[in-house]
Amino acid sequence: MSAASLLAADSMWELFSRAVSLRDYNTRVVLAGTTMLGVSGGLVGTFLILRKRALAADVVSHAALPGIALAFLLAERFSPGSGRSTGVLLLGAFVSGLLGMAMTLAIRSWTRIKDDAALAIVLGLFFGVGTALFTVVQKTKTGNAAGLRDFVFGKTASLVAADVWLIGGISVVVIVLCSGVFKELSLLCFDEEFAAARGYRTTLLDGLLTLMAVTVTLIGLQSVGLLLVVALLLIPPTAARFWTNDLKIMSGLAAAIGGASCAGGVVLSAAFPRLAAGAVIVLTGSGLFLVSLVFGKERGLFPRWRSQRQFEQRIGRSDLLRACYELLEPILGANETTQESLTKFEIDELELSGMRQWPAGRFHGLVSTAVREGLLVSMSTDGYQLTSRGAEEARDAVRHHRLWEIYLLTQTDLDPRLVDRGADGIEHVLDPDQLAELERRLDNESPHGVPPSPHPLAITAETP
Amino acid sequence: MSTSVVVDHEAMQEPPPRAAAAQSPPSLVPLLIEDVTVAYHRRPVLWNIDYQAPSGKLIAIVGPNGSGKTTLIKAILDLVPRAAGQVLIFGEPYRQQRHRVGYVPQRTSVDWDFPVSALDVVAMGMYRKIGWLRPVSRKFREAAKQALDRVGMVDFAGRQINQLSGGQQQRVFLARALAQNADLYFMDEPFAGVDASTERAIVDILRALRESGKTVIVVHHDLQTVHEYFDEVVLLNMRMIAAGPTADVFTPDNLRKTYGGKLALLDQLSEKMAQPRSR
Repeated sequence: MSAASLLAADSMWELFSRAVSLRDYNTRVVLAGTTMLGVSGGLVGTFLILRKRALAADVVSHAALPGIALAFLLAERFSPGSGRSTGVLLLGAFVSGLLGMAMTLAIRSWTRIKDDAALAIVLGLFFGVGTALFTVVQKTKTGNAAGLRDFVFGKTASLVAADVWLIGGISVVVIVLCSGVFKELSLLCFDEEFAAARGYRTTLLDGLLTLMAVTVTLIGLQSVGLLLVVALLLIPPTAARFWTNDLKIMSGLAAAIGGASCAGGVVLSAAFPRLAAGAVIVLTGSGLFLVSLVFGKERGLFPRWRSQRQFEQRIGRSDLLRACYELLEPILGANETTQESLTKFEIDELELSGMRQWPAGRFHGLVSTAVREGLLVSMSTDGYQLTSRGAEEARDAVRHHRLWEIYLLTQTDLDPRLVDRGADGIEHVLDPDQLAELERRLDNESPHGVPPSPHPLAITAETP
Repeated sequence: MSTSVVVDHEAMQEPPPRAAAAQSPPSLVPLLIEDVTVAYHRRPVLWNIDYQAPSGKLIAIVGPNGSGKTTLIKAILDLVPRAAGQVLIFGEPYRQQRHRVGYVPQRTSVDWDFPVSALDVVAMGMYRKIGWLRPVSRKFREAAKQALDRVGMVDFAGRQINQLSGGQQQRVFLARALAQNADLYFMDEPFAGVDASTERAIVDILRALRESGKTVIVVHHDLQTVHEYFDEVVLLNMRMIAAGPTADVFTPDNLRKTYGGKLALLDQLSEKMAQPRSR
């Protein structure tokens, strides 16, 4: 390894540790301000998503481009050198962003053009004009687009403390405002008509939400860039939705995810200055999104897959135990199937597997799971015996199944041939209250006994 | 199933929720519609509607699809602009009487995959009372629970609304309006797509509301139950066809005028009409 590359690695480490330990005042300010930006983005984005206005933020950010270019040109014309002031550029962005938003609303309400088309038209129009103006800007002497390019791609490192105070300050205002009207915004997003009937000025509330979204979009332009700023608003709440069904938790989580991805992005891009900050912020957010997509407690893929699997296992288990019971029932006699007597007889593996049309693999899986869980005991000669717990569960499973079957037979007009299959699906989700209700309706004389099967058990039909 | 039994009981035993309701001068008409016309895109959907609702009755608005039933309610609640005419609620414009009016929109008008619980939805009925910048305090949460109890849904208070059945969602919507403790209620198809036990529960609530002197106006689709459920009927098909006590107004002849053209249906109906009258 050459000395030069060692040196490079060394300075890289130096840079990294400076960034992470926040030794620079500038890094500290940028970190704090950008984190606030992420928090406000997550919070406002939550309502934007729930209001199904996700694309609106994209329109605003793209519509800001001509405003930025125009503001630069005008400022340079009237007072050369002032064109790169953040305030002037943001003002231009704000005006044209709002204009773009207003135009979408106008197209939507005055023509028969649909929402998505209206958004796409405005986005394309404004971005096209913006791109054209940018080529003009680049031909001017001062305008080699050094500062302006950052609006397109984002560059946290180029932010100076003064800019960040502005960004952070506005973010805090948005956060406070959004929290203040939290319940009104949630009502607007859930049921606009009811809100209007209760006397809320829904256009004003809607305008407030739009204004907050526009504000976050625009103050996010410099750090993330207009191509990616929409991610600041949309990724955190979408990720948060995987974890919760509660709006308060969702918005809090979205704020946290937004803040964390911005903070992570700032630190990483300070450590590796070659990386575009906007991209790093968005990638950090996307990483959190992916984790949420897979592991999110409420809607994540993995928990959903697991609960589906657990449900199937529960069904398999009660099917198996029911088969054990039904195999023993004729031997014991219908009234002698106590928990104790059920444990005394051996169940032949072959007969058991013939009780239902289980695929071979499935049957062996079920049996070995039941043995592992202490419901069945494996005997020496290809046979099993129910444990005390297994016998209890078997009785319950059969009772549930038969109660439901009898209910379907006596209280509904279902074809009796369909009843057994129908009962198979529902009995697994009956809760104790519903069982009590079933018993009440069926005037069951022995509340906790197992009623006889209402139809002949088709044991012989399935055994070869 | 079991829940509806509980409701019946409590709805019956509960004393009229607010004695104050009876204090409102009985001479004041809960709803007075004068010459109301509504147009969408310059195409009129309601023409010259006049109606005066009697106090303390259950009133059905009946008419074919597209006859303007929902629009009429929305025009009353200032949700769509009126091209002409005026509406008075207890003698005053709606915006001055909002607190006395409860509204149950169509269940399908909202996205039920919204991340809130049944209790949260019911609390929305009291947001005006709670006021801006304040969270929902314990007092209001209790009131929301009571409203859920009246519709037999108190056990589902913490349940996410996307995990409720259609009938349960409808009850939550009803509870949200009940939580307002209004004197005049508008309900847009509360019986649409609900199970039998929910239908019974809603009917019991409607009757309990009537017992305590409230007026309830319901957009209703099921012609067979009009006689059983409602005291008064408004027959609507862009124009007011007829309005008044069910026994006088809900006649095959008037229905023919309202549903004109759909004769096959009408013949069935007039047969059905004959039955409840003979009872």
